[in-house]
Amino acid sequence: MTMPIAASRPPRARRRKRNRSGLAGLLYIAPAMALVTVFFVIPVLFTLWMSFHRWPLLGAPRWIGLGNYTRMLTDARFFTALGFTAHYTVVVTIAIFAVAFPLAFFVEKQRPFVSAYRTIIFLPVVVGLASASLLWVWLANVDSGLFAPLFQALGLTNGRVNLLATFDMAFLTIIVMVVWKIAGFTMIILLTGLQAIPAELTEAARIDGARRWQRFRYLTLPLMRRTLALALILSITGSILAFDQFYIMTSGGPQNRMISVVYYIFNQSFVSFNLGYGAALSIALLAILVAISIVQLWLLKVGDDRP
Amino acid sequence: MTTRRDIRARRAFWSRIAYHGVGIGTAFFFLAPFLVSFLASFRSNKENGLPPLPPWPTSGISIDAYRALDGFGSGVWQHTVNSLVVSFGTVVLTVAVSVLAGYGFSRYRFPLKNALFVLIIATLMIPFQSILTPLFIILAKLGLNNSLFGLMLIYVTLQLPFSVFMMRNAFDAVPKEIEEAARIDGARDLKLLVRVLMPLVMPGVATVSIFAFLNAWNEFLAALVLLSSNENYTLPVLMTAVRAGRLGSINWGAVQAGVTVMVVPCLFVFLLLQRYYMRGLMAGAVK
Repeated sequence: MTMPIAASRPPRARRRKRNRSGLAGLLYIAPAMALVTVFFVIPVLFTLWMSFHRWPLLGAPRWIGLGNYTRMLTDARFFTALGFTAHYTVVVTIAIFAVAFPLAFFVEKQRPFVSAYRTIIFLPVVVGLASASLLWVWLANVDSGLFAPLFQALGLTNGRVNLLATFDMAFLTIIVMVVWKIAGFTMIILLTGLQAIPAELTEAARIDGARRWQRFRYLTLPLMRRTLALALILSITGSILAFDQFYIMTSGGPQNRMISVVYYIFNQSFVSFNLGYGAALSIALLAILVAISIVQLWLLKVGDDRP
Repeated sequence: MTTRRDIRARRAFWSRIAYHGVGIGTAFFFLAPFLVSFLASFRSNKENGLPPLPPWPTSGISIDAYRALDGFGSGVWQHTVNSLVVSFGTVVLTVAVSVLAGYGFSRYRFPLKNALFVLIIATLMIPFQSILTPLFIILAKLGLNNSLFGLMLIYVTLQLPFSVFMMRNAFDAVPKEIEEAARIDGARDLKLLVRVLMPLVMPGVATVSIFAFLNAWNEFLAALVLLSSNENYTLPVLMTAVRAGRLGSINWGAVQAGVTVMVVPCLFVFLLLQRYYMRGLMAGAVK
């Protein structure tokens, strides 16, 4: 601690002050760093470590090298889960944008009641996906729910249709539920992008005779590239991690065809207790998401380069 | 005689009607599921297995559904208290940790500062769903398995990237002169932070709190995996038992009541603190 005192006073005092201030700074961020280390950095490394083992719930883990990864490559159910998740991600992202984009235009201008519309459309975003799934599984129930009897009463269907019995209808129901839940969020993100476009530009284009579609295609869309990329990435990463809706609404769905990747990892790790294999699957999922994040950074950068 | 002004006024009138027609229709689509569930939860036992046509109770308001919900697990009070403990605990810890860290990152210089900040933000890139197994094992090693406090610590960690980012920006916006003046007046370190600076970053604290509360209140997967005994279940985990039903039959009244209990606090908090919520969303979106 005590250093030989050779230098003259002022520099030492300055150094000591800086050291103390550096130490104080570290003290302030220490709790945050401790939490991130214990509950994030170590678990990530630990997941990697586990993925090289056969790791039962009870008994000693055994090193099996890349065994879990080779198993993954021949695991048809994993690829089914991957395929289903990709399918779901594409469909739900398109559906969300198809609803959220018009809504963003709809609530863009200041008019009476517009903020009330915004708030109401946003309401489902703040409730949990678990609550929303639970609510909709009741609404979609064939005997006690709302949709089947309502459609029958309106004469849209002959008798009551069980929406959750077939893959296509159950999938559609979940898509509608997720759009109801998420569209408000995407709408607000897109709205920030829309409002960042200077009104003079749109006005100038209008005066130059650009029609509504042309203004949208050649002015709005290019200027919103960053916002679009952000909304797209948030929607894609969120959808890849989908779990609650499949677990609660369909318990994996008709013929187990609605097992998403996270659901499959959950099953492997906490139902079958193949913890090592679950860890290897997690690493695969993590790699996919990190790759997407890198693409995201690149997309946002590309948006910066071009004016 | 119809002048051009008349025609224009009439067209504006109809376009306004059309606009609000679409608006009310859309609002109805987004609001109706909540209303239906809320109204239906007050139907009596006789009715609550029937389709909600109409959704409101036709034979008198009753709390049968809530009584039924109370019959699951350790009673709805216990689980609501669990959820509240976890949510408020998460809020308090998140605010404490992120205010300290935000202040440290904003005002001090120390080695590896930028690297550590990036590390905290980078945790956003990794989904916590992929590290649940080690979290499960680490909590067990710490003696925190199946404990609400352990779950709380996980939730706080998940909130940190957003919260630290928000709080650093909040402190960056406070002029250094205020701090210097307070220092001269004799306030320092924690006292300075709590007495002088906290009131100035309150909007940031509100934003951090509302996100921490909603995320902790709504989280499902981690709670499902990490809580193993009945009396510790938070509301979303309890609801899986209700959803699974008993002896093959599901009490839909209890489901409606449960949804209401889970949804109402979220909507209430959001409507009350909407300004701060939107501010956080914008900060996230613009970043």
